[in-house]
This record gives sequence, C-alpha cells and structure tokens, in this order.
Amino acid sequence: MTVTVEIARRGNGPQGRRWVCPSCHADHDPAAVKTNLSVCPACGYHDRIGARERIAQLADGATFVEYWGHLRTLDPLEFVDLEPYPERVREAQAASGVGEAIVAGTATIDDVPCVLAVMDFGFMGGSMGSVVGEKLWRAAAAAADGGRPFVAVASSGGARMQEGALSLMQMAKTTCAVDLLNDARVPFVAVMADPCTGGVVASFVSLADICVAEPGALLYFSGPRVISQTTREQLPADFGTAERNLALGHLDAVVPRAELKTTLASYLRLLKGGGQHDRLERRAGSRFGGGRTRRLARAASARVAAAFKNPGSEPVGGGGAASGAPEEPPA
Amino acid sequence: MNLSEEAERLQELLKSRRHERRRHDTWLTVQIARNKDRPRTSEYIGYLIEGFEELKGDRLRADDRAVIGGLGWFDGRAVVVVGHQKGRTLDEQTRHSFGMAKPEGYRKAQRLFALAERHRLAVLTFVDTPGAYPGVAAEEGGQARAIADTMLAMARLSVPVIATLIGEGGSGGALALAVADRVLMQENATYSVISPEGCAAILWRDAEFAPQAAEALRPTASQLLPLGVIDRVIEEPRGGAHVNPEGAARRVHEAIGEALTELEQLPPRERRLLRRERFRRLGVWGGEGLLP
Repeated sequence: MTVTVEIARRGNGPQGRRWVCPSCHADHDPAAVKTNLSVCPACGYHDRIGARERIAQLADGATFVEYWGHLRTLDPLEFVDLEPYPERVREAQAASGVGEAIVAGTATIDDVPCVLAVMDFGFMGGSMGSVVGEKLWRAAAAAADGGRPFVAVASSGGARMQEGALSLMQMAKTTCAVDLLNDARVPFVAVMADPCTGGVVASFVSLADICVAEPGALLYFSGPRVISQTTREQLPADFGTAERNLALGHLDAVVPRAELKTTLASYLRLLKGGGQHDRLERRAGSRFGGGRTRRLARAASARVAAAFKNPGSEPVGGGGAASGAPEEPPA
Repeated sequence: MNLSEEAERLQELLKSRRHERRRHDTWLTVQIARNKDRPRTSEYIGYLIEGFEELKGDRLRADDRAVIGGLGWFDGRAVVVVGHQKGRTLDEQTRHSFGMAKPEGYRKAQRLFALAERHRLAVLTFVDTPGAYPGVAAEEGGQARAIADTMLAMARLSVPVIATLIGEGGSGGALALAVADRVLMQENATYSVISPEGCAAILWRDAEFAPQAAEALRPTASQLLPLGVIDRVIEEPRGGAHVNPEGAARRVHEAIGEALTELEQLPPRERRLLRRERFRRLGVWGGEGLLP
C-alpha cells in the first residue's frame, strides 16, 4: 500500500490569476472554470476539487447536513517525522479548510435522500486514519439504520502513516462497515476521484454495489514507483487510469463530472426500486414475520417443493423452478 | 549552578536515551522478523497440524505459491489453514514470490474460507508477508478488489477465525488474512501500515531513515497490544523463533489452542458480530464530548 503525499500539480499561471490547465495548458478565467465544475472548458481535464466543492456539486441546494464533524484527530503514536503529526494536521486544516480528510452527512441528490461521505485530497493526501475510518463507520451505520443509500466519493493516497497500524486497521473497519450496509440491503455507490490509491481502494471503495470513476482519475493499489522499484517492470503509459480500469473490468462506468449527479441519482433509484416479487418472503422474515405470514411462506415453499416433485402440476410463479429439475434422490 | 536546571538536563538526557533504546530495539525486531531462518508458515503447519492436506489453486486461473492452504487436524479438530509462504533459499523465495500474494493468492484464500464456512471448520491463518505483490499484472488482475473481498470474506465467517502474525505483517497484503476473532502475534513479528523503508522514503525523503521510521510506526507486538490491534503477544525462545523453532511452535500451539477453546463457546452468529465489533473499536479519536 502506498501512502502518497500531495504533489503540487496545478499550473501556477501567469500572475493575472488565470487558471492554467495542467493538461492542455490553455488558460481560463478561474470563475468560468469553477462554474464548469472545475473541468477545463477546453480539453475536459477534471481538476481535483475539495470536499466542500464536491458536496455543493452533488447535493441539492442546501440539503447537506454535516454530521460527525466534532470528531477530533489525536496522536496515539506521538508520531514525529520531519515535523510532529499534530503540526501536520493543523497545517492540513488551514490549507484545506476541512477538519479531517473526510466530510460526511445527509443530503438529497436529485431528490433521493442519502448519506454522503466525501474525501478531501487536500487534507494530508486524503489519507485514512482513525477519524476517517470512524466517520465512514458512522455514516454507513446511519445509512444502514435509516435505510438511506450510502454514497462515498473517494480521493485518497491510502492509509495515513502517522497513525501506524491503527490506520491499517481502518481498512478492516471500513470493510466491516460495508458488511453492515450489505446486511441491511442498503445501496452503496462509490465514486473514485483522482487520485484513488492504496488502502482506500483495497477496502470499502472496491466493495461498493456500483463503483465509478471520473475521467482521467488515477486508481491503483501499488503505485508505479513501488512497482518499478520492486519488480523493474515496464509500466504501460496509461497504467492505472480510469479508462484503462474500465477496459479491464474494474469499474462500472467512467462518468464525467457534469453527469455525475444525475447518474448517481439514477443508480440509487434503481437499487431501491426492486423487491416487488419477494414481498411475501420479506414479510415472513424473522424480523417482521407474524404467525400468518410465516405460515404463508411455509405454504409457498411447500408448493414449490410439490412442483419439483410433480413436473405436471400447476406452474408456480417465481422461485426458479426450472423445467427438467431432477427429483430429489430417495432418502 | 541551578539544581532544577540540572534536573531538567538529566531528564532530557534520559528521554533521549530512552528514545535511542527504543529505536534500537524496534529496528532489531524488524531485522528478526525478516530473518531468513525464521520458521515459515509451512514449518508451523508441520509442527501444529496433523495430516495436513494441501489444497491448491484459486479455481479461476492459477495457484499462487505465495499463499498456501489446506485441511488438517489441530488438537483433534479438523481445521482450514491459510498462510503466506515466504520460502528460505533464493530458489524457494522466488517460487513463493517472497510471500507477496497476487490476486490469485487472495482468491485461493477466499475459496478456502468458503469451504471452511460450508463444512463448519475453524480457520487458522498465518501472516508473514512484506506486502501484496506490486506488479502490473497483479494490479490489473484486481489486486485491490481481491484484498477487499478477502477481508470481507473473513469478516462474514461464522466459524472461529484465528490469525497469527509470525514474521512480517506488511500492510494490506497482511491484513487481508488477519480479519480474525483473535489476532495473535509473536514477540518478534512486526505489523505495519507501510514498510519502514517506504515510510522513510516518503516522510523523511530518504530510505536511509528506515530505523527512525520503524520507531515512529511502532510496529512491534508489545507496542500494538495496548492499541488493541492484536490480542495477545506470543513469547519466543531466547534469541528469536529461528534459534529454536520447535520451542516457538509449542508456544504458538498453546496460544492458538486457548483462543480456539474460548471461541468455541460462542454461538456462530455472535462470533461474526463480535468480530465486526472488534474491528469497529479500532482507532483513536477525540471530540466525543463536544456534542451531547
């Protein structure tokens, strides 16, 4: 797993405060770029954006309500590299304008209520430490409890080195958070924004029901440098790009930023739109099942069993009673 | 001369000595954890498991030799064993990719976990890897997803799961086999989010600072126990497990046996929920008092 430090890649344009596209080098009025969702109007390069800007782009109006923002970063290892960890956190807060590398809360996206968690690469490379893991857990638990879909936008260099093995444990913790969502059958859609690497990709993000990326985003577990140092392999020029990952089958879609909101809403509506065919079974489930529904369910399964035993009898709707199913062997 | 100044000076000196001592000890542990003569998963299987039957392959495309697994008897119970395998001679190490698993290795682990669940066999894993294999084919074969899936597969098991860290516990590649009810760790094993060299290269901008990075990362068993990352430190014979592999294996056997006996007292569903709860608690944060 690599934990990346932020690399300044924004072109420092001429002093006229123009925004220079790092990809096509055309310069634009920063305000015009912003209204274009921070996508280069000339070449479509998707610039990195912070959590607040992302939330403003995805959430309807002022529907976003932040939760769990009170959780504070501590320094359990008293970690000091070239400077102490608390110092780095303070600098990151000042530079990014967010308290930690993830901002989470509730919102509606095109009128679909959901829990939304957005990572901020500007905060220590979007790295995942204890607070990020805990916020993800709480957000997922709130989604699971409330039956609200969970949308996560990830942009991260991986696990945060300064919290050592505790950061590593957040991979397992967020994986368990996905397990909560799956148990509750609550939809989970993940968006990978540039860059999305290391421990975050190898945990909750990859486990989403639907996983999409923004155009041009770099996505990988081990980075080009680690690979070339360890194995001396020649890397393909487009290694790790969203487009290559799509071709390799690792993504459901590459979605341009302009279409992200409507696409997410469509996914959520679809994932919440099923279940009409198993109403009976659901009512008979141990959680809601009264005596009557349970009896009905038992009768239904008896009918299915009977259909298998006597291929000539009345067809039974659903249940996957394929024709020519073998009879049960004699006991 | 002022007495309080002198006391302060001595305090500082003591602090820096302790620092040096800790750096030295941590770096020594890193070296022992990586020692080529340290017993490998296959040796622990030899000592602990009777009638081991190795099961190979991921049923999709390959058999990754960096992960070995199979069925065997542990204290009279049939169990599934899965572990990273490093090898010792250069030839062996190359064959086993130095214990760095590829997606096919993790998928082999997943299928063995499914086998364990289906037939109600407890799962014992052994963790000993510098990390997941960093290669283009591995990446493009779905390394990230393979690791995530393996963790989720472990999290969902209802049979007892015990992970034992016996050497290097490198990053996500190690954790993929350690989402367990009980995580046991040998005295001289390490468990870390990144290698000391990798950490030093990024934060110190120079891999030469690896000993400093190792100290800062606190990757040793005694340092991880109070953080809850591991549940028990397994003592090693004097000088390390490689000096007396049989003695080391005896202590590992005892620790796994005790953990397994405890876990067998729990109902299956509870095991899974408690395992989830174990990992939910991991992490240190503040600010709880700031909101009602």
